[in-house]
Amino acid sequence: MSMVQEKGILRFLTCGSVDDGKSTLIGHLLFDCNEVSEDGLARLHAQSQAGGRAGAALDYSLLVDGLMAEREQGITIDVAYRYFSTPKRKFIVADTPGHEQYTRNMATGASNSDLAILLVDASKGLQIQTKRHSKIVSLMGIRHLVLAVNKMDLVDYRQDVFEDIACDYAAFAQKLGDCDIQAIPLSALQGDNLSRYSEAMAWYDGPTLLEHLETIDTSQDVKVSAFRLPVQLVNRPNANFRGYSGTISAGQICIGEAVRIGPSGALSKIASILTPDGEANSASIGEAVTVTLEDERDISRGNVIAAADDPPPVSDQFAAHVIWMHQQPLLPGRQVQLRLGAQSVNASVTELKYVINYEDNSHIAGKTLGFNETGYCNLALDHPVVFDTFENNRDMGSFILVDKLSNETVGAGMIAFGLRRADNVHWQAMDVDKQARAALKGQKPCVLWFTGLSGSGKSTIANLLEKRLLARGGHTYLLDGDNVRHGLNRDLGFTDADRVENIRRIGEVSRLMVDAGLLVMVSFISPFRSERRLARQMVEESEFVEVFVDTPLEVCEERDVKGLYKKARAGKIKNFTGIDSPYEAPENPEIHLHAADKSPEELAEEVFLVLEAKGIV
Amino acid sequence: MREVAAQFENPVLMYSIGKDSAVLLHLAMKAFAPAKPPFALLHVDTTWKFREMISFRDALMAELGLDLIVHTNTAGVEAGITPFSHGSARYTDVMKTAALKEALSLHGFDVAIGGARRDEEVSRAKERIFSFRSANHRWDAKNQRPELWNLLNGRINPGESVRAFPLSNWTELDVWTYIEAENIPLVPLYFAAKRPVVKRDGMLVMVDDDRMTLAEGEQAQERMVRFRTLGCYPLTGAIESEASTVSEVIDELIHSNLSERANRAIDHDEAGSMEKKKQEGYF
Repeated sequence: MSMVQEKGILRFLTCGSVDDGKSTLIGHLLFDCNEVSEDGLARLHAQSQAGGRAGAALDYSLLVDGLMAEREQGITIDVAYRYFSTPKRKFIVADTPGHEQYTRNMATGASNSDLAILLVDASKGLQIQTKRHSKIVSLMGIRHLVLAVNKMDLVDYRQDVFEDIACDYAAFAQKLGDCDIQAIPLSALQGDNLSRYSEAMAWYDGPTLLEHLETIDTSQDVKVSAFRLPVQLVNRPNANFRGYSGTISAGQICIGEAVRIGPSGALSKIASILTPDGEANSASIGEAVTVTLEDERDISRGNVIAAADDPPPVSDQFAAHVIWMHQQPLLPGRQVQLRLGAQSVNASVTELKYVINYEDNSHIAGKTLGFNETGYCNLALDHPVVFDTFENNRDMGSFILVDKLSNETVGAGMIAFGLRRADNVHWQAMDVDKQARAALKGQKPCVLWFTGLSGSGKSTIANLLEKRLLARGGHTYLLDGDNVRHGLNRDLGFTDADRVENIRRIGEVSRLMVDAGLLVMVSFISPFRSERRLARQMVEESEFVEVFVDTPLEVCEERDVKGLYKKARAGKIKNFTGIDSPYEAPENPEIHLHAADKSPEELAEEVFLVLEAKGIV
Repeated sequence: MREVAAQFENPVLMYSIGKDSAVLLHLAMKAFAPAKPPFALLHVDTTWKFREMISFRDALMAELGLDLIVHTNTAGVEAGITPFSHGSARYTDVMKTAALKEALSLHGFDVAIGGARRDEEVSRAKERIFSFRSANHRWDAKNQRPELWNLLNGRINPGESVRAFPLSNWTELDVWTYIEAENIPLVPLYFAAKRPVVKRDGMLVMVDDDRMTLAEGEQAQERMVRFRTLGCYPLTGAIESEASTVSEVIDELIHSNLSERANRAIDHDEAGSMEKKKQEGYF
């Protein structure tokens, strides 16, 4: 390891459009640095002849394109990591794909890199993809860019072609903010200006690519800041030892120094530091350590031990850039899991301020964030987290968003700043509470959430049930989907994003009514599981009763009370649930009504009996 | 590794006795010190490993005070599957891949930590540090979770599992320099010594026990050899070498022109063979 550290590591990524020659470039660099073994070379010769793209010549891209599928398609489909070194430096390369649907992998490669090589095909000029990639790597905090103008051999090594592209790019890059750019004309296939100067381009007086990579200074990229140790694991082998393990993400610490623990704000001092090489008096950024404290504090995974005089902010709301990485668009209001360091909380986007247009770097208004789009938004969390802004500390200012059902990583974010609103809006404590209001009415308040297709009989059943409850002296209210859309939700349409907001508002209203002590019946198609879960989480678990009115689509369509199915089939209504918008059936509803072959009266009675059994009425 | 212990319920460390495993285990001992690693250790024994590997394994476990689960595909042994009789592809499938899946399912491990590195083989270059496996232990290279910064997403549903590769970003040279710096004990087979070998299909195969029958004209010769990787002795070729200490090995490595797995028979069965094995559940 010592040898490695002495030389220093540069992590960089390559990006560009399809067929700009990324794999060839890396393959050729590996070859020039003698990283290709004899058996690898023999294989390369054989494969180049069998089906390489370079005709009879050596196809260097075969050294890099690992997976069979992409060998067949001739394009790189995933991030591949490559390792090579020169006497001056050691390099880790992330080779990232150029075509559109795999842009998320590019962001992945960028997240761990210090420098980006942007490839441009000299014969084609600047492409939209190059601009998109520039914006992403710049957002991801990369401050060093190399504009590699490749395939110069195809344009007869002409200086004017190179200079036009370099000028175009410089004009575009002004909007990227603070970064240094080196433009290099080269031919990855022929090896011009990779590791040797090109005779054909004697007019170029800058460094070769390898020379630039060997000498670039990235030491200024880490902004010196106060001590931060995100706790990854509480190490407690026996009652006498209680240590906190993690990797120091900023600053340094010595035994005896005062620390503050976030988010609680508790103070203590460092009692001991255990590094991989044993006990130490101090430790600094990048080291994996286990520390013990002088006082017994309640610290768990996700907490942050920080310098007492300069602690990181704590908030449950912040503004951030989000790169969306999933085919299903981001819907404001929908709950996802947010992971920041070792912290993990529920979060939702409360406001999408704008979507970034990569073509001209402008901002456009949007209600949702699509696959590969980047937006600037506010997020609200269900617990406060400890963070730094991304600009100050990449580790503590970055997060990923995870879908709660599929467990897939659907987005990545960079925190711009915390929103202090959370500190200024306080809960007003009330003397008369929910219990008091409910006791007066002699009932247990709850939400009865009727979900099912349009025409399944939700409103009819809810209406009958309300009459039945009223007769028993119950205090009720019925929120009907159609009726609410005439007032409170008049401004909302039927897109997925509006449906989410629709349900959020209904959830809030029903929560207020439960707080008032009422039995609230909600009759809403509510097709998405995640929104029903959101509504459920707004009240206490025992206060939410999901009633699934399970009527098959054929039956609903045959009834077609409002004539809507006919219109939807004719294409006159868009986004109609069951026709061209999905209905996600509940997995574990409290009450499951098999509604096709029973009368509404029977079904309402069925619900009533369950409520009685649960002691709600 | 701490991340694995924190995010999963039932982790296991795949201990293959090789140098990468040795580093992995060493790191685990350090990461959780003064506690012991909070997970089980598993070795899939094909019954064809070098004898020195097994004796080294047992001695090390006793010294560290760790418990090791040894799993063998007994059905495969009973069916008489051997690398000599069934060819390396079929043998690897039954005695390694199937055995591994069997062991993971049997103990209900939700994450397996392995020592694979991205520099070993082209398809391994695309592995994630947390690599998702379906309930059938399959790998879908086109549908991998993006890994940003150091944020690892280990959320899974019951039955699914993750393979974790803490050494992803290490190279063979990194491993050896670390072994030297930390003085990590290794199986002696990694160092040159006089050993009985037979040249077969271009590989130097060591005659480790009498289950290996020599073909006509073959004769075991004593040669100065060592191994760059260790697996099942009939499938792992030796290299001629004089390097008998860690620093000599490092020196040899810097000047070597052959790739590490060049003498592993299973990688050469057919083009893209490692990737196929990985999709099916091999490490």
